Amino acid sequence: MAVHSLEFERPIIELEQKIEELKAFNLGGFANVADEIENLEAKKEKLIKDVFKNINNWQITQLSRHPLRPYTLDYIGLMTENFIELHGDRLFMDDKAVVGGFCFIKGDGGKLNGGQKVLIIGHQKGRNTKDKMCRNFGMPNPEGYRKAQRLFKLAEKYFIPIVTLIDTPGAYPGLGAEERGQSEAIARTIYTLLNIKVPVLSIVIGEGGSGGALAFGTGNLVLMMEYSVYSVISPEGCASILYKDVSKTEDAANSLKLTARELSESNVIDGIIPEPLGGAHRNAPLAAEALRRAIIKNLEELKKYSGETLRDERIKKFRNIAK
Amino acid sequence: MLLFKTKGKKKEQGKLNIPEGLWIKCPSCSEIIYKKELERNLEVCPKCDYHFRLKADRRIEVIFDEGSFQKLFEDIIALDLLNFSDTKKYKDRLKEDNEKTGLSDAVVSGEGKIYGIRVASSIFDFNFMGGSMGRVVGEKIAKTFEYAISNKLPVIIFSSSGGARMQEGIYSLMQMAKTVALVSEFNKMGIPYISVLTDPTTGGVSASFATLGDIIIAEPRALIGFAGPRVIEKTIHQSLPEGFQRSEYLLEHGMIDMIAERKDLKDILKNLLILIRQ
Repeated sequence: MAVHSLEFERPIIELEQKIEELKAFNLGGFANVADEIENLEAKKEKLIKDVFKNINNWQITQLSRHPLRPYTLDYIGLMTENFIELHGDRLFMDDKAVVGGFCFIKGDGGKLNGGQKVLIIGHQKGRNTKDKMCRNFGMPNPEGYRKAQRLFKLAEKYFIPIVTLIDTPGAYPGLGAEERGQSEAIARTIYTLLNIKVPVLSIVIGEGGSGGALAFGTGNLVLMMEYSVYSVISPEGCASILYKDVSKTEDAANSLKLTARELSESNVIDGIIPEPLGGAHRNAPLAAEALRRAIIKNLEELKKYSGETLRDERIKKFRNIAK
Repeated sequence: MLLFKTKGKKKEQGKLNIPEGLWIKCPSCSEIIYKKELERNLEVCPKCDYHFRLKADRRIEVIFDEGSFQKLFEDIIALDLLNFSDTKKYKDRLKEDNEKTGLSDAVVSGEGKIYGIRVASSIFDFNFMGGSMGRVVGEKIAKTFEYAISNKLPVIIFSSSGGARMQEGIYSLMQMAKTVALVSEFNKMGIPYISVLTDPTTGGVSASFATLGDIIIAEPRALIGFAGPRVIEKTIHQSLPEGFQRSEYLLEHGMIDMIAERKDLKDILKNLLILIRQ
């Protein structure tokens, strides 16, 4: 557990370990430590609140990449039913950094009734080393974007709304990716998604890295999870290129104004989905429930419009950003 | 001491007596070229055919009928939306490059004629902040397409850009979506959009409108790609093949329609416009 924690989370983790120890001790029933545990739990909650009250942009960036943070398939597992994953771009291969398929988003109270049929598609990161390699650290190759284009068009054919979940450091800077037209793949995906005649909801759930993120980011509405980030370049990249000094990463994170709060204040995004106390990784089911509610609520609104209107409004929305 | 002095003298004697600014060294073959000759050759090295990067105004001279190009949307100027500052303030960088190039930003837009055929066009200038795309560039590209839609004109965009302008943060990223949105609006018109990729076309520009042309033409040996070669090398820990991400490589891999020598470009554009415009 301690290995998977961030520097600023340490005090919380330490307190948590203490509570765990006490609980284990209490299992034997030798002593009455229930009051003490309750006391420490309250202390922990206050500590988390204090730590998160003054959280800075770089810390939020780290949270957005937290190794325990829920990924696309985790959310799909928690908030959908009957997910059927569809594979391949029909041109070259199946990119495992992108997953997508049809499913039902559960209705209130976990019921299918009142649920919503969607095409859900997102970047997928891996949890352990092997899995990370397999998912290419959530960095798609052109095939991932071309698979997405194919699925977007399928959703349009059946008039099923699209939900995109964004969580990538960026498109993969590899030899094969360039050879097979990474630029064109991203450009064409933006083009395709902008023109799809069904409701499109884009949600940044973790890292919204540059063009690789934008390819899934042109929804009618764009939302961000509370501790996700969305930026043209990573703070590290910005520090090394512009500041010529990687130790300036924190400054770069501030300058880039990449947090959900800042992007919402400047109206670049349409809303923030609140995360559980301490971040999504501390309570994935609760985070998934917040995400589920946001999807249901916002699609309910978007479904009122015709496909043509949705397309035209989407084009207009992105035409008019910072006009 | 003596040793150093002698060396210094020798160096002084061996120095070619070249008047400042009359000659230029080709970055590709190191040939020393008389500037006037280079100019006559459209800024292409007569020895090795290296295509020098063109300033926007020079590109206009090379491509459009003399005096036919009218600049448009010059009133759009950069805003420092993030109040961005790295080693320098973004505002100061803008001012510096404005003084250096005489341009208000990295793209010049307008209407001009190619052998009498009217076209709407945007031309990048790499000398202004590496041709990077921020709000001004995105807006001018968008307006070029809108102008072309209203006037039913074909569009030609000459790209030369390192990509999105980091100093404008998320706003620069959003210009990719903005310009692509306009390509799709323009496509309803049934009029050609020709994308000309010149050295270099990378990042947010290559991953948006530049690779969505009906026809994509590249100048010889231009660097074209999404990620820069150094980033790729660092990622994959191996050196890249000869000619990687150059126009010839892209043609080989089916990513562009053709490579055009600068001296032929105007005629090729004319012939294409005659063939495919309604």
